[in-house]
Amino acid sequence: MTREKTKLTLLYFAALRDASGTASEVVETDARSLRELYQQAQARYQLPFSTQQLRVAVDAGFAEWDDAPLADSEVAFIPPVSGG
Amino acid sequence: MDEAALRATLAHKQAGAYASFEGWIRNHNEGRSVLGLRYEAHTVLAQAEGERVLNEAMAKFDVIQARCVHRVGELAIGELAVWVGVCAAHRSAAFPACRFIIDEIKARLPIWKHERYAAGDAHWLHHPAD
Repeated sequence: MTREKTKLTLLYFAALRDASGTASEVVETDARSLRELYQQAQARYQLPFSTQQLRVAVDAGFAEWDDAPLADSEVAFIPPVSGG
Repeated sequence: MDEAALRATLAHKQAGAYASFEGWIRNHNEGRSVLGLRYEAHTVLAQAEGERVLNEAMAKFDVIQARCVHRVGELAIGELAVWVGVCAAHRSAAFPACRFIIDEIKARLPIWKHERYAAGDAHWLHHPAD
C-alpha cells in the first residue's frame, strides 16, 4: 500500500536557507501534516530548528503544524524573527 | 523611504494627533560593535501579516489611519529600517496604537536580520523571544 503524494513548494529563509543550500524546492511528499513535511526536510538537510522553535506558513498566512499539506501551495518554515 | 511623503498621507483634517515611530540601524547589539546589516523577508507573508496588524490596530484603537513600511536588503548604520505612522482624533489612541503596531511587527512578521560585526563575523538573529 502506498501513500498518496502531494506536490508543493517549500520555502527556506535565513539560517534554514543557509542549512538547506536553497531558497525553494518543489517536492512530492507523502507527509500527512506540515509537521511531518518539515521532519522530512529536516532529515534531508540536518536543519537546525525543531518544530517547537519554528512557525509554519502556507501561501500568505500562518498555518498549524497539524494541517494537511495542500497541492500546489507554498509552505514556508519560519525561524524566530528579528525584524524591526 | 520618504518619511515626509508617508506622513503627508496621514494628514487628515479630523486628526488632532499624529504619532510616529522610526527604527534606526544602530552601531551596537548585545555589547558588540555592528558594522552593518541586511534584512530578508518572506515578502508575500510579511505584506499580508502587516496588513492584518494594521487592521487589528484600527479595530483595537480609535484611530483614523495607520501605515507601516519596513525596508529589506543591506542597510548602513544610521539608516531607517522601519517606519510606523498613526493619526487619530486624540493622542490617547495615537500613542498606544503606534506602540502596538511596532511591537506586533517585531513579534510576528517574517523578517530576519543578518548582522555583520567589527570582529569580522556575521550571523542571523534567531532568538526565540526578544
